[in-house]
Amino acid sequence: MAERLAVKKTYKLYVGGRFPRSESGRSYEVTDAKGRFLANAARASRKDARDAVVAARKAVPGWSGATAYNRGQVLYRVAEVMEGRHSQFADEVAAGEGLSRSKATAIVDEAIDRWVWYAGWADKIAQVVGSSNPVAGPYFDFSVPEPTGVVAVLAPQQSSLLGLVSVLAPVVVGGNVAVVLASAERPLPAITLSEVLATSDVPGGVVNILTGRLADTAPTLAAHMDVNAIDLAGAAGDAEHARELELAAADNLKRVVRAPVAEPDWTAEPGLDRIAAYLETKTVWHPVGI
Amino acid sequence: MPDQRLRLGCVTTLDDARSSLPDITSSEASLRRFLHGLPGVDQAGAEARAAGLATRSIKTTAKQYAIDLAISMIDLTTLEGQDTPGKVRALCAKALRPDPSDRAVPQVAAVCVYPDLVATAVEALGGAHRSVKVASVATGFPSGRTSLAVKEADTRDAVAAGADEVDMVIDRGAFLAGRYGAVFDEIVAVKNAAGDAHLKVILETGELATYDNVRRASWLAMLAGGDFIKTSTGKVAPAATLPVTLVMLEAVRDFREATGRQVGVKPAGGIRTSKDAIRYLVLVNETAGDDWLDPDWFRLGASSLLNDLLMQRQKIATGRYAGPDYFTLD
Repeated sequence: MAERLAVKKTYKLYVGGRFPRSESGRSYEVTDAKGRFLANAARASRKDARDAVVAARKAVPGWSGATAYNRGQVLYRVAEVMEGRHSQFADEVAAGEGLSRSKATAIVDEAIDRWVWYAGWADKIAQVVGSSNPVAGPYFDFSVPEPTGVVAVLAPQQSSLLGLVSVLAPVVVGGNVAVVLASAERPLPAITLSEVLATSDVPGGVVNILTGRLADTAPTLAAHMDVNAIDLAGAAGDAEHARELELAAADNLKRVVRAPVAEPDWTAEPGLDRIAAYLETKTVWHPVGI
Repeated sequence: MPDQRLRLGCVTTLDDARSSLPDITSSEASLRRFLHGLPGVDQAGAEARAAGLATRSIKTTAKQYAIDLAISMIDLTTLEGQDTPGKVRALCAKALRPDPSDRAVPQVAAVCVYPDLVATAVEALGGAHRSVKVASVATGFPSGRTSLAVKEADTRDAVAAGADEVDMVIDRGAFLAGRYGAVFDEIVAVKNAAGDAHLKVILETGELATYDNVRRASWLAMLAGGDFIKTSTGKVAPAATLPVTLVMLEAVRDFREATGRQVGVKPAGGIRTSKDAIRYLVLVNETAGDDWLDPDWFRLGASSLLNDLLMQRQKIATGRYAGPDYFTLD
């Protein structure tokens, strides 16, 4: 019997809950850590980034308006679907990051656990970063966290799944929506995550995932006046590029999570900083009832 | 490139029209004979032609030009029951200076309001009134289901309050019932009531069902003396579409060939993005010709479109995409 022909995959983008081709029509080859062909991925252009922001903006009212409890449930459901794709994630992480199968499996476990951990914070974060403030007057005074809006996320270049989850989950758990630029060399776990998101309960547009070169799309997102915050994790180690992006982001006073000098160890305890970075504190004075 | 114009126009009837315009309108029967003698619109052809032109790519300097031209053609419109004098004043401020951060942005062509708010708009425009015109809908807008006397009074009110342009609706019920004479007489009566004000005749193409009817209604409105023909009220879906506008542009082109009189066209409703607006400009240029690429002869009835044009304009100027947070809400 003849050997079966390989089915080579050509992936597309994930924008607004759909899987469109790149407007540019371009794609690029994704290889494993040893340089062997894995799949073709779409190479997003500036216009794809713009379209993703439009889709994200449309999703803001629904996602930020959902109850925190509901967001937690929806995100937990994502972890359930990820669990079903466990072995696919492990294959992709092992191939892309050049890890043994057992190490990759451990990383996928960690990534799913991380997602569950963040999902749990959906209805608890307000109690921790919000407060009831003592004031010298007949008022109640509350500070409540509110989502900042559309967040551009430059996902880590090295850690293609755990790193991605560690930067994406804290954005959406707080009620923000995200436009993610996946790791350029290792985009497959991000693409599989988009398939997970599309088949879970996350509304279209809440997470949009673009693949391709950082230089094609990151400046557009950094300068975009309708993007409220940007996470530069993916520019770690490239101080010059990160600086340019920060300058571009200054025009509309975006929240900027700065690029670390080198990519951090994502297995470390995450803490709440990343959730809090995309929350705006609203303080309300309310007369005490008589 | 060979001339690909689909001459959906009407050579024989044009000759008829040239020789015997007064005869056509002399009686209901001759009017009907003329309108039904207009050649039918090739529906598939018109839609394919409009779709084909919509794929034209307009870039860089041509796009810049098109955006400014589109801004200068806008009838900035607010036609809601909830309109307040404050809203109209805000609209007028926006009409005069669409982008307060950039003086190079042209003024829009007109503001379009309900008759009771015309005086407010005229006052708000102050010395700039006339350079930005005030258009008023009238004649029982949007349904037009009032008596002729009420329609005439409505029109006179608007003009007395200072309207430069009157947007009337035709009686679609009468038109669809085939009582063309009644529609004709009504347009003539409103034209008289409007005096010097420019008359735009709203065909409400969304209710006319066929392109043939759109072509007939266009000719009817032009024969009756309308200065502009306008697609829709904006209250009925579908509002303006490219194929409908194509049919109307062919009608004004043929009408000018037949009679020497130029009539304007105004698509209104549902035009929200710069891309849409530029498609209409391409359609005008390729169908009626560049004589119509002028705010005096082509208008875009819109409200949210202006912000999108301004955002595109900023994108070209600064290189970064603009966001709606930095523009007015309406």
